[in-house]
Parts: sequence; C-alpha cells; structure tokens
Amino acid sequence: MKRTVPVIIASAVGFVLVIAFFIPRTQAWGETAVLWFNILAAVAFVLGAGNLIKVQLESISARRPGWGFALVTLVAFFTMFIAGMLKIGVFPAGQYPEHAWSGKFDSAGAPFGWMYNYIFSPITATMFASLAFYVASAAFRAFRAKNVEAILLLGTAFVVLIGNTAMARLTDPLPEYLAFLRLDVLVANLMSYVATGVTRAITIGVAVGVAATSLRILLGIDRPYLGRL
Amino acid sequence: MLQYLSTLDRRVVFLLMGLAVAIPILFPLPLSYKPSVLAQQAFDAIETLPPGSNVVFSFDYDPAASGELQPMANALMYHCGQRKHNLYFMALWAPGAAICSDTIDGILLKRCEGYEYGQNYVELGYQAGLAGVIKIAVTDLRQQFKTDKYGTPLDQIPMMKGIQNLQPMDLLVSVSAGDPGSKEWVQLFVTPFPATKMVTGTTGVQSVSLYTYIPNQIDGMLGAIKGAAEYETIVNAKYPGPDGKPLPELQEGQRRMGPQLTAHLLMVTLIAVGNVVYFMQRKASRRSGHARGAAR
Repeated sequence: MKRTVPVIIASAVGFVLVIAFFIPRTQAWGETAVLWFNILAAVAFVLGAGNLIKVQLESISARRPGWGFALVTLVAFFTMFIAGMLKIGVFPAGQYPEHAWSGKFDSAGAPFGWMYNYIFSPITATMFASLAFYVASAAFRAFRAKNVEAILLLGTAFVVLIGNTAMARLTDPLPEYLAFLRLDVLVANLMSYVATGVTRAITIGVAVGVAATSLRILLGIDRPYLGRL
Repeated sequence: MLQYLSTLDRRVVFLLMGLAVAIPILFPLPLSYKPSVLAQQAFDAIETLPPGSNVVFSFDYDPAASGELQPMANALMYHCGQRKHNLYFMALWAPGAAICSDTIDGILLKRCEGYEYGQNYVELGYQAGLAGVIKIAVTDLRQQFKTDKYGTPLDQIPMMKGIQNLQPMDLLVSVSAGDPGSKEWVQLFVTPFPATKMVTGTTGVQSVSLYTYIPNQIDGMLGAIKGAAEYETIVNAKYPGPDGKPLPELQEGQRRMGPQLTAHLLMVTLIAVGNVVYFMQRKASRRSGHARGAAR
C-alpha cells in the first residue's frame, strides 16, 4: 500500500499533465495538478525545517565532530523564525495602525529585516565570493595544456576571461578587415555560435533523456520519489 | 624558483586574489565600455514600449548572486521607471522578494517620479512552487497570487483590475541566478505566449545556456557584471541624474568591472605560470630520466 498508492498518484498526475499539454480542453486539469504541486512545495518548507531541526539535534546530542556548528545553525534558525513569525519590532502598517502585526515582517528597522540585511545577505554573498579564491588556486594547480582538447579549452578560457573585461577594448584599434580578431567580437562569436551550438546539442540530448526517464516514472518502472520504501 | 612555484602555498594565491580584488575597489580604475549588441537590444526592448506598458519584473536570485545581478536589476528597474511603465514585481526565489522591496525603495521610489503603490507598481511577492508558479500565473494569476505581498486582495489593487493572468504583459524582465529563472520563464511563458517580449539579466554561468533562446524567445540579455556595466552605460547616456551626471546607483556595475579585470588577469597569469612550471618540470624529469638511462 505504501508503494502502490504513491505510484498511482504519480502516474495519474503525470499523465494528466501530458494530456493537458496536448488537448486544450483538458488544460484546467493540468493547472489543478500544478496547483497541488505548488501547495505541496509550500508544505515541503515545513518538512525541510523539521528535518533540519532533527538532523542538527541528532548531531548535537551525539557530540559528532562539528556539533558546535549544528548548535549555531539551530540558534540562527529559531532566532530568524521567531523574529519573522511574531513580527517582533515591526511597526504597524499605515493602513491598519491599530493592528500591531499589520506591518511587513521584513521591514528594514525590524529585527528580522536587520538580520536579513546585515547577517544573512553578507554571509551568503561572502560564501559565493570566496569561490574566486578556490577557483584561482585550483586553476593554478590543475589547468594544464596536456593535450589538444586541453589546449583548445585553455585558449577559449583566455579569450573569454580577457574578452569579458574592459581590456577587450585594447583590440578596438584593429583595422576593419581584422575586426574578427577583436576580443569582444571573438567572445561574441564563441558564445553565439560555438557555445550555443554545443548547448543546443546537449539540451536536445538531455531532453530526450528526460523524456525517456519521465516515461519510466509515469509507468512506475522507476520510483525515485519513494526513497527507501 | 621552479621548486617554489611548484609547491606554492595556496594561501599565497588567496592573498594575491585578495589584493587583486581589493586594490581596484579602494582605487577605482577609469575604464570605459562599449555596449554589446545584446545589451543594446535589451535597452531597445524597454525603450520602444510606449509609456505605461505592462511589465512583469521577476527577481529570481538570492543575496549570494546579488554582487553580480543587483547592478543590472537597478539599471533595468530605473530604465522601466524612466519610461513610466506599469511594473508587476514578483519573485521565484524566496529571498528575491526582499531584494525586490529593497530595490524598489532604493531605485524606483527614490529615483523615478510618479510611482504610487497599486496605481503603477505592485509587489506580488514570492510564492512556493518553483516553475509551477509560472505555469499557473500565465493562465490564472489569482489562483497563485490571491493577495499581494502585504496581504491585500488583488481585486482591491487598482492596477490589477482586468489582469487575469500574465498574458497581457508587454514585457517580461527576469533577473535570474538559476533554476527556477529565465530558462523556465522562456519555456513556460514567452514560448507559448510569444506576444510578450523578454529581457533577461543573468549570471555569467547561466548566460551560456540562455544564448540558445536568442533572438526568437529572448529579445535582450545582460550577461554577468559586464552586461550590467554596458547597460548602465546606455541608460546613463539617455537618462542621466538631475544634475546631468550618472546616478551613483547606476555606476555599480562599472565600478565592479575594475576588480573583475584584475581578478581575470590574475587568473590568466596563474594559469600561464602553472603551465610553464608544469612543462619545465616535465622537461627536467625527462632529462634526468635520459641521464639515468645513459648511466645504466
């Protein structure tokens, strides 16, 4: 039962979506199915939060290596959650001054907005920016012109790296008959023709693969959504 | 020297990268930009719409990508505001809704005249459902967005009257860092409903996969910080600030091109040096191999 019912639901919804795409009269069925998905996606946030708490609590209680980070995660989670849910420090909206909770939960002066703007945003931006350091280190150690393919990749990387900077303008004085050698033109041609052609080929290949995999899921042959059931 | 470079501590590389990025931030470089065709097409798509056109503006990114995407979001919103378009804001990423509000406060309400909530701009906010949100919104907006971001029913918002779905929109602007984002907008909105034009601003990584939709589905694209700098150049030339100078908010992309230039140059140098070291070491090991062979 635990396996059969989910398979039937998944197959039925999948076929409804396929039919709704091809038969306009059944379009509303597809929209309803997508709406259910959107509701489930919202519920997934609750499940995700529950899972986060469970995993972090397990880590803390077992004193696993790095359990201190789990504690920080939980404290941060509950601080943001409580500040946002209870709208702590939020001023009432101008329309409803008598209702204390009518203001925006993420308004700039409120604790949630403050934590979002001055803790969450800089931390995530820093995490992303730190990639530049690791990419530079990895490129220095691993990007080697060992064979023809690597040389082509290296040459393309150099052109794109330099061509996407203001230095590309150094090649502007090249005469018109050598315009194709200007860095911005080279980058544009690489992206518009070479990269686009390859991307289209990959996209079509992926789409065919997705269609085949989807059919297997619709028919209940593959059931990745069941997890370990 | 060869030995030192071959065993170079990665902290040295980190330090070099830190300096390469920090110095141009502290001492900005005087750089100039020539707008690309794609940036010009993005500008034309917004510019050629008659004032008061309906534009849906989607913030599909989070603070991690803000460094790359915020300058173009600022410039695109400023341009739409200067053209007096009706703006319908939404977000496919949860943090995007907060970024959207900040951008409205910092650009639309501060730098563009005549904007009043509900009359010519509205924040629909974020809804869970990933690409499913687009799928529903293009056919029945109210099924997905019962209220705006602040809980006001859509029927009570003057500019939402007569708007049943996204199909009457003249233009879609998607500033996108990944999935769901511009690609899903193309597949679920502008492909089945081609009357709506589309302009996108994307990260450098994502832009490669979006070239395939140009020019049939996407009318203009700003790729990475360079796209933002180019767009700022065009917008600043056409719509300068009150004193005739570019607004500071619309120079962020250009300012960030300085660190990008030095960081890219450092990357190229590191790769070149790494290869020189590699080939010299290989040559040296071959020589020693020959010498050992001759000795035997």
